[in-house]
Amino acid sequence: MIVNWFRYSSPVSFYPLAGRLSRAFGVLAAGFTIAGLYIGLVVAPTDATQGDAYRIIFLHVPTAWMAMLIYLAMAFWSALALGFNTRLSAMMAQALAPTGALMAALALWSGAFWGRPTWGTYWAWDARMTSTLILLFLYLGVIALRSAIDDPRRADRACALLSLVGAVNVPIIYFSVQWWNTLHQGSSISFTSAPKMAMTMVEGLLVMTAGVWSYCIAVTLARVRSIIVERERGSGWVASLIARQGAR
Amino acid sequence: MPLSSPLLEARSLAARRGYATLFQGVSFALVAGGVLAVSGPNGCGKTTLLRMLAGLAAPAEGEILLGGTRVHPFDPRLRDAVAFNGHLPALKDELTAIENLAAWTTLENERADLQGIDRALDRVALGKRSRIPARALSQGQRRRIGLARLALSPRRLWILDEPLTALDGDGVDVLEALLAAQLDGGGIVVAASHQALPVAAERLHRLDLALAHHR
Amino acid sequence: MSEATTTAAAPDAASVSAAFGWALARDLRIALRSKAELGVQLMFYVIVVSLFPLATSPSREVLATLGPGVLWTAALLASLLSLPRLFSADFSDGTLEQIALSPRPLPALVSGKMAAHWLTTGLPVAVLAPVLGGQYAMDGTELGILAAALLLGTPILSLLGAIGAALTLGARGGGSLLALLVLPLYAPVLIFGAGAVDALRAGMSAGPQLSLLAAGLLLALVAAPFAVATAVRIALD
Repeated sequence: MIVNWFRYSSPVSFYPLAGRLSRAFGVLAAGFTIAGLYIGLVVAPTDATQGDAYRIIFLHVPTAWMAMLIYLAMAFWSALALGFNTRLSAMMAQALAPTGALMAALALWSGAFWGRPTWGTYWAWDARMTSTLILLFLYLGVIALRSAIDDPRRADRACALLSLVGAVNVPIIYFSVQWWNTLHQGSSISFTSAPKMAMTMVEGLLVMTAGVWSYCIAVTLARVRSIIVERERGSGWVASLIARQGAR
Repeated sequence: MPLSSPLLEARSLAARRGYATLFQGVSFALVAGGVLAVSGPNGCGKTTLLRMLAGLAAPAEGEILLGGTRVHPFDPRLRDAVAFNGHLPALKDELTAIENLAAWTTLENERADLQGIDRALDRVALGKRSRIPARALSQGQRRRIGLARLALSPRRLWILDEPLTALDGDGVDVLEALLAAQLDGGGIVVAASHQALPVAAERLHRLDLALAHHR
Repeated sequence: MSEATTTAAAPDAASVSAAFGWALARDLRIALRSKAELGVQLMFYVIVVSLFPLATSPSREVLATLGPGVLWTAALLASLLSLPRLFSADFSDGTLEQIALSPRPLPALVSGKMAAHWLTTGLPVAVLAPVLGGQYAMDGTELGILAAALLLGTPILSLLGAIGAALTLGARGGGSLLALLVLPLYAPVLIFGAGAVDALRAGMSAGPQLSLLAAGLLLALVAAPFAVATAVRIALD
């Protein structure tokens, strides 16, 4: 099948495609999540040292991975938006930020509830938790900057630049926090040696990751559709779209 | 370049603010010695159009050509050609008129020409007030520093936002002389103004942005 | 970047240094005309540093533990507080438009402004910190390392902060928005900066931390001028 991808770089033609993809990934997300939760909560054995509390990793680890991956994706679309002045890439970056922030927040929240039974505290300044917290701040900064600038085109470019600056800094932040954490080993609990996992645990984790990943794609594409309609509402095709939807 | 070919040309420019279209389909061509007077009600996009022509903002649609080739915002050729006198004075209150002008001329050239600055300040009749901080000057006097900057600036393309605001009768005479010298020297001027510009009628072209507002 | 492609002709070294010098001299001259403002910013640093013993304890052990962190956190806040001064006056009076429209290279011009910012905020803090460090039971070697780390780290704060200051021009929410954008980016500088003295105390060398700060400074020196120039152009659009 030959697809002309450049056709989809225009919001008008991307809008219906995004709708179909969003629905498809929504179904995938539901399927993977049900299967992953079944493996994680029912099939996987109880851990010898952590008991059933470890099962929160089936949410914690996928969301933490997604929080990082989405920042990378946001920086990628931002680079395209800034480099080629493409409207749709800026809209993609805009749509990714809230989902990324949600993933970072979920990773922190689930991490705290994992920490309580395993470390005896909700928050332990663990290196990965601290980095995720800073990542959440970076997401919130991008979202706040967008809402502080009225002109959407200026907001696109400012947020794109901020995302790129953040993307250069993320590895430095991760490295510095790791360094800081090892220097102050005595004051916090080391958590670098993961418990040896049973094969079913790994399977559950991978299936859940596929579920969370699909969810992120579905939600981002749905949000991109809203953004397209909002931005292009002065144009003819959106007016006829609204007329069609209203007639239904 | 033949004399009749346009120095500055705009092809179906459009501007949006937020989600609203300010104007669209704005086209014009100016040959050397021409003046474009941009008019229209408040909020119709006069300042936005001037900022596009100065190379500060990108048009939502359309293109701008300088000497026949397309220019983009902050294009070096545009930056070499344009003197932009916007609605913001770009004066430092802490500095005197002389210091302000010296800062601007050294931004454009290597050395400050202090005698040239004195002559320009005399020309706009500000000579006596040129050594006190700009914050002590009246609105009209501050505008005259802006005129002195134009007098010092050897740019082909002047872009002026409401050049007559706060000028008294003498000030308008000064502006008239400056515009005549610029146009006689083969330069061009684009100005947004509510009042009639003091230039010869045969040089003047009009653009009413209210007519380019379709929504 | 779309602007970068249109300014493809690389400016020569002479015009870069002339533009840098123009902006540096101009901003220093204006800063020195309002000396009171500079003094207030330094007083802010002194007062924040002096408040911590009141909030915690005058015991030497507690203060010695807190010292490097307090002196560094206060330096971050002092830098943050002075950042709006970097562009906002020039933005609201139209100077920034004229600077961006001038034929001189914009990255060199904004570099001059950032250098002036560091000379009037970061450098005084780095000079003052060893004096204040005496309040926190730090000895001579530790004070020397503290000053060295601040000398390497505060320029990074000015360079990174300038990106945030330019991005928030004309945006609503001014100062607190700037803090949200900039403070997370400051985290590595804080870690390596405060860590330099901590390493010394733990019987290790502060060399790695100082080297990492120097590497960060080089990276910021190379990248920040272009990011700031792009942000200024975005703000003017």
